[in-house]
Amino acid sequence: MLENARERRVRTGGIELCVAELGDPGRPTVVLVHGYPDSKEVWSEVASRLADHFHVVLYDVRGHGRSSAPRPLRGGFTLEKLTDDFLAVVDAVSPGRPVHLVGHDWGSVQSWEFVTVKRSEGRIASFTSMSGPSLDHFGHWINKRLTRPTPRRIGQLLGQGAKSWYVYLLHTPLLPELAWRGPLGKRWPGILRRLEKVPGGDYPTSSLPSDATHGAWLYRDNVRARLRRPRPDARAHAPVQLITPLGDVFLSEQLYDDLELWTPRLTRRTIQAKHWVPRTRPDQLASWITEFVNSVEAEGESGRGSDREAPHAAASPRAAGPYADRFGGQLVLVTGAGSGIGRATAFAFAEAGARVIAIDRDTESASRTAELARVVGAADAWAETVDVSDEQAMEKLAAKVLAEHGVVDVLVNNAGIGLSGSFLDTTPEDWRKVLDVNLWGVIHGCRLFGRQMADRGQGGHIVNTASAAAFQPSRSLPAYSASKAAVLMLSECLRAELAGRDIGVTAVCPGLVNTNITSTATFVGVDAEEEKRRQKRSARMYGLRNYPPEKVASAILRAVARNEAVVPVTPEARISHALSRFAPGMLRRLARVEPPL
Amino acid sequence: MTTAETRELSSDLRGFQRVQRLAYECAQEVAARLEPGVTEREAARMQREWLRARGVRDWFHLPFAWFGDRTAFVGFRVPLQFFPTDRRLEPGMPFILDMAPVFEGFTADIGYSGALGGHPLQEKLINDLEVHRELILGEVRERRPLREIYRDVDRLMVLQGYANRHRAYPFGVIAHKVDRVRERRWSPRLFGFGAQALKGLASDALHGHREGWSPLWSPYRFSDHPPRPGLWAVEPHLGFRGTGAKFEEILVVTDSRDPEESAFWLDDDLPHVRRWAQGKAEEK
Repeated sequence: MLENARERRVRTGGIELCVAELGDPGRPTVVLVHGYPDSKEVWSEVASRLADHFHVVLYDVRGHGRSSAPRPLRGGFTLEKLTDDFLAVVDAVSPGRPVHLVGHDWGSVQSWEFVTVKRSEGRIASFTSMSGPSLDHFGHWINKRLTRPTPRRIGQLLGQGAKSWYVYLLHTPLLPELAWRGPLGKRWPGILRRLEKVPGGDYPTSSLPSDATHGAWLYRDNVRARLRRPRPDARAHAPVQLITPLGDVFLSEQLYDDLELWTPRLTRRTIQAKHWVPRTRPDQLASWITEFVNSVEAEGESGRGSDREAPHAAASPRAAGPYADRFGGQLVLVTGAGSGIGRATAFAFAEAGARVIAIDRDTESASRTAELARVVGAADAWAETVDVSDEQAMEKLAAKVLAEHGVVDVLVNNAGIGLSGSFLDTTPEDWRKVLDVNLWGVIHGCRLFGRQMADRGQGGHIVNTASAAAFQPSRSLPAYSASKAAVLMLSECLRAELAGRDIGVTAVCPGLVNTNITSTATFVGVDAEEEKRRQKRSARMYGLRNYPPEKVASAILRAVARNEAVVPVTPEARISHALSRFAPGMLRRLARVEPPL
Repeated sequence: MTTAETRELSSDLRGFQRVQRLAYECAQEVAARLEPGVTEREAARMQREWLRARGVRDWFHLPFAWFGDRTAFVGFRVPLQFFPTDRRLEPGMPFILDMAPVFEGFTADIGYSGALGGHPLQEKLINDLEVHRELILGEVRERRPLREIYRDVDRLMVLQGYANRHRAYPFGVIAHKVDRVRERRWSPRLFGFGAQALKGLASDALHGHREGWSPLWSPYRFSDHPPRPGLWAVEPHLGFRGTGAKFEEILVVTDSRDPEESAFWLDDDLPHVRRWAQGKAEEK
């Protein structure tokens, strides 16, 4: 399962640990610690991705996988003994250099112990934690809420208390052992597939029943003792990256609210996923771990130079915009990014530290967007000149993006054009023009990039820019409204279809926003001069309304973070959205009014 | 007639140039003295005291200082928000100093953008102001209506990806006329603006109203006229996601037929102009 792994056995405290190594031992060492009920194979996908850049080390925790179990089991799994194991492994695989630690679930719980005890100081360069809090921090978290209860704090206590149901069960004698060796052990792979959406294959391994029965002692030996008397000095001595899966059914996000108290150098990341992220989101984890390890290594290099204060002062200027924890390092593609809402959206993602691909049919404005995106904090930014209505060009773009940058995490199908005028004056040519860009552009985007997301199977998000005109009929915008209504319904259907694959779909309905769509819109049924005049008039009207595209961009980021379905943005868009449901007759009457152009 | 007026102007120009240089010197010295923790009020006082010590007694307007996202006028709704606040300067924060001293009867109005430590975004904004300076001069020489020039500047800003922040100034002006001010012993001020200067502006506005021009260069109909001879303090102000940058300096407009003589910047030896020239030299 771990291809090309070099195995060795490390003896410590009367047991033997099975240690696997991948990658060039000359590179920085990354140690991956697995959780419960798992073995080191839970990391196989992440490890193979990291092996290109690092010396990757995995080991089976005592009693798990192919490591031997202590005798007797009781008292053999204390955090002190687990720390001994870790130090023995580190001494064997990276004697001269501190390692970068990564832990998931119980692997993270014990890694918190490693990174907060004195004796491992100087042996750990950084720690990436996912889905496993420090038991000491957890103990303080509970105490704080018990001693100073407020309704919110009590709610948090009860919430986490309910999520920890399995911990109580694991404390019962014999019951877990019987279940794991019996029916639960047999059904577990199926349960993971159904509830956690963990892809099938050769995980979990055949050692699962014994891993799970031995691992129960992790809980029994540590949880009660530590929660009752948490250490008062559990401060991390290395930089920590915390990755919080928002859909974790075992741990609530609030557990980490006070983490800054314990970790002076904390980087937060959040991810829309369930508990088993090493299986469901290996690409994202590998990229965040790589980025974090590299930044810590770079810091260390500069720190070894003349300036001793450097490691603190020279922390790389991370993107600080809202949702930086969510979109940092993600690949975001925005169409129509040369102006208006598309450009503002590209900048908002850039401020969150994403890698941005700006698409526009105007080369100069697309590259301008990419250029500014880099200045405001994008991890990287590129521009591409593509007409979204051109099927072949879009196919070429999708292939190129995949080859050069990988699978897009967030796709924003924003490119659109305006067309105003009565239906009877609209020629088939006009119709084609509007539908080609507004509808077919979105279809191509969803088709090509949605396919890539689905094939990767690690989630993603698609945002389609519809319009308030999608639910607000109007006598002056038949073609435009029809195209946008189609986009709205397409998004809703796609959302239903892709939900099973963890891909969210959002339709954004901005309303009157001050962009150049008015001055580039076509007005049918009038001569060129009158068209110019109307463009000017409508641009003036939109200018007076002056709703900035930046606000639409923030609404888009929020919608992606919360996976919202339909997002009307401006107040008038929200009002007409509500009216379309509760008083559609009123909207119909409004639709008859000729706009003052 | 034409020559007489031109000659009279050029004899005055040295005076305007002197005070403009003095003001930029003040901006640079105060900027160099800014450090973390200094408030906007303190920065404004530093400018005021520096200029007072060198003989400035009257003002077109009192010095302003904007720090951080106030350089882009984020959330400005009422003119009172332009006045300096207690916001403190932090490392890496952009700032703008804006002052309009009257010295020996000559008025200057300048704006100086900078940041405490490097600020790549603001540096980019300042560099991108260069084309605006060229655009404005070029179109004034073509005698295009001020309102149209304003729109062209606007369009260029949108192309660059920036927001027009001079729109936040009173009447949304990109420039206003400045003139000589009679020196009085007592120079009262109204909302930070010198009474003498306001009087001059008001009388210009009155004359202009009769003759179809305005001393304020705005996006509105009252600016729909060709450039009026005189001195204009031009202040294009770019904003981008909470960071702003501007320059402000005097553009001389004459009624000469020679395009070169019909409009020119009063002084090309200014910090931002030198900076652009330096940037170009480094590129080569």
